[in-house]
Amino acid sequence: MRKPVWRAVLLAAFALFIFGAAARADEPLRWAADGTANVPFTFHDPAEESHMVGFEYDIMQEIGRRLGREVQFTQNDWDGLIPGLQRGFYDMVADGIEMTPEHVEALDFSRPYYMTTERIVVRRDQAGLDSFERLGGHTVGTIKDTLAERMLRTRPDVTLRSYDEESNAFSDLRNSRLDAVLLDGPIALYYGEADPDFRIVGPPIGHLAYGIAFRKGANQELRHRVDEALQAMIADGALHRILARWNLWTPEMADWTGDRSVPNIVPTEWEHYLASTAPARGWTARFYRYVSFLPLIGRGALLTLMVSGCAMVLAVGMGLALALTRRYGPSWLAALATLYVEIVRGTPLLIQILFIFYGLPSIGIRLSPFVAGVIGLGMNYAAYEAENYRAGLQSVARGQMEAATALNMTHLQALRYVVVPQAFRVVVPVMTNDFISLLKDSSLVSIITLTELSQTYVRLSSTYFDYFGPGLMVGAAYLLLGLPFVRLAKLAERRLAVSERRGGRH
Amino acid sequence: MVVFFIMSFVGCLRLPETHPSYDDREIAGPVETGPAFCVETVLRAESICKSFDSHKVLRNVSLTVERGELVSIIGPSGCGKSTFLRCLNFLEIPDSGTVTIADDSIRRNEGPWRSSDEAQAHQLRAHVGMVFQSFNLFPHRTVLDNVMLAPRVVKHVAPSVIESEARELLAKVGLEAAALRYPATLSGGQQQRAAIARALAMRPDVMLYDEPTSALDPRVAEEVLEVMRALDREGMTQIVVTHDMRFARAASDRIVFMESGEIIEIADPDEMYLNPKDSRTREFLGASL
Repeated sequence: MRKPVWRAVLLAAFALFIFGAAARADEPLRWAADGTANVPFTFHDPAEESHMVGFEYDIMQEIGRRLGREVQFTQNDWDGLIPGLQRGFYDMVADGIEMTPEHVEALDFSRPYYMTTERIVVRRDQAGLDSFERLGGHTVGTIKDTLAERMLRTRPDVTLRSYDEESNAFSDLRNSRLDAVLLDGPIALYYGEADPDFRIVGPPIGHLAYGIAFRKGANQELRHRVDEALQAMIADGALHRILARWNLWTPEMADWTGDRSVPNIVPTEWEHYLASTAPARGWTARFYRYVSFLPLIGRGALLTLMVSGCAMVLAVGMGLALALTRRYGPSWLAALATLYVEIVRGTPLLIQILFIFYGLPSIGIRLSPFVAGVIGLGMNYAAYEAENYRAGLQSVARGQMEAATALNMTHLQALRYVVVPQAFRVVVPVMTNDFISLLKDSSLVSIITLTELSQTYVRLSSTYFDYFGPGLMVGAAYLLLGLPFVRLAKLAERRLAVSERRGGRH
Repeated sequence: MVVFFIMSFVGCLRLPETHPSYDDREIAGPVETGPAFCVETVLRAESICKSFDSHKVLRNVSLTVERGELVSIIGPSGCGKSTFLRCLNFLEIPDSGTVTIADDSIRRNEGPWRSSDEAQAHQLRAHVGMVFQSFNLFPHRTVLDNVMLAPRVVKHVAPSVIESEARELLAKVGLEAAALRYPATLSGGQQQRAAIARALAMRPDVMLYDEPTSALDPRVAEEVLEVMRALDREGMTQIVVTHDMRFARAASDRIVFMESGEIIEIADPDEMYLNPKDSRTREFLGASL
């Protein structure tokens, strides 16, 4: 009875994403960064979560203005940034990417837009770790694939811990799991110096330059124009002003640009950040902060629900087709179905989703993140559902098919009206379980740029250094999402069981 | 005997009609007219052979059934009588032989069973209803739904028409009160009567029964047999595989005795019981009685 509504929702969802993809054709400046836990590069304004801010974000906006083109930001997971660039989902990546020889070999870079160093951050009460040499014998955290990590690798006397998210490194530093962290200057400033628990110690270490990354060999003309814009921004002080607002103008920048002026600029962005992330004191402040998370969590929950819902529909339909093929299809087709089930069950879902999103474009199949996520999850769960349904079909007595055949139903009619409905009743409880676990597995689509519930949790908690409250809220959101399915399944079971309630055999 | 002649004659008379009640005709039918010129063969099986792997279950079994007849097939367990019955509507695919029912005919000559053959079997099954030992009602549907399902999805008859016909059929088998109950809540006898109503809903020319009362105790079995006798009186052609010798002798027009995949003897009940021609028949009946 609800079918039409469902269909409309699905259709709307697909239309949204397909047209969303089509709209990308009108030549905006497309760039990407990982806006999660990425202060101060590009991140969600803690005071207004739907706004993106950050010094790189400001630089890209300024470049767009100078090129007279609309700027389009794409959120992508750190690990997916370069694969996405190479697949052409966007033209540029600006996310504190160091211009190391390895990177220069694999990518084309603009001229550097930022020069900085590595810095040591320790707990405020800690002494004696104020130089690279004196880190020996201690546990030190850093971000993986950075200059700092490469430097620490050369120190066998240092116990190295590499993190994906800087916020996790600082969380471990706070909990004394780490003695110090060694990180790029901007991160040390925003996560370390900004926090009353930490401080930056010792002199700057090493030297690194950030550049805007382009796909190797592609977009030469665009790269040229970006370089010109950057050059102009250095010459007329625009870059200096942006960085000063973020309190990020460094001696290295002054050396490199030759710009030794001291413009009278208040570091407004830095102060804004300090103000909005100051720990909420007292329960009321905390409460209001949590209330302000609700819209973001709601949006994450909606996406989780849409991805899971569409994936479920796909999994049920495809699973049933696979099961019927394996049980009733011609032998070669049944063998193919078996092969499919074995392959899908035998490989990790994570790999499947990455493959569908980043791998398939190699053979010309480009899917939007939403569609790729739905297909990845749906096709994976279809394999499991297929096995459930096959067991269900086997549980239906042979005589049922014979009776239907004797009544002159075709094979398909017999399946549709007699066998499948009975098999369905057997598998409903198992299906409920699968759907709840699908709801949870949907968090894996965050790796292909979708900000669903889990990703929302990572973002909120790393912005506010608060893993507790957002954790409870997101957990509650998952439970609430799962609840209707549990209820629905119970209802279905009860209705389907009516015929057998009073005991007896068929 | 006389009743049989009348029956077959009546059967001829009502031929053009599809779904009437025949009671007045029976009374009106001229008694003295012999069956010779109006006997209509409704089912003809010729030289049916069937093997499971290397085991020959049926060896050249042939049988002709006239409209309105009630034919019982008896024989020891494993003699192939159920397999033969199932070959008549192609639930089992015979290896070779010809089955003709009404005006549809399928000839098998070894070879694979193709989808075109299945399409022919589909046509042929439209003439046949079947009742199973284990009833095989659809447990997820009410009794009424069980009866209505096939006419609805196979014949696409309007639901209102189907429902009134289904309720008539249920009344005929004494189950009008159970229409909205689920099969699991019915006794075995009620379930089997519902299964008969379900088969009748497709308006078959021939009803096949595969040991319809074997799963039932004698008192309950009687309810089912009574329905079959009533159908016989109405002129339904029925072929019954059974172990119930009393029913076979009392209700059948002819009895077929099978053993080891062959028909040993076909005869009128009295003749078979009083004067069996073959020693194997005599032995089997002696052991059964």
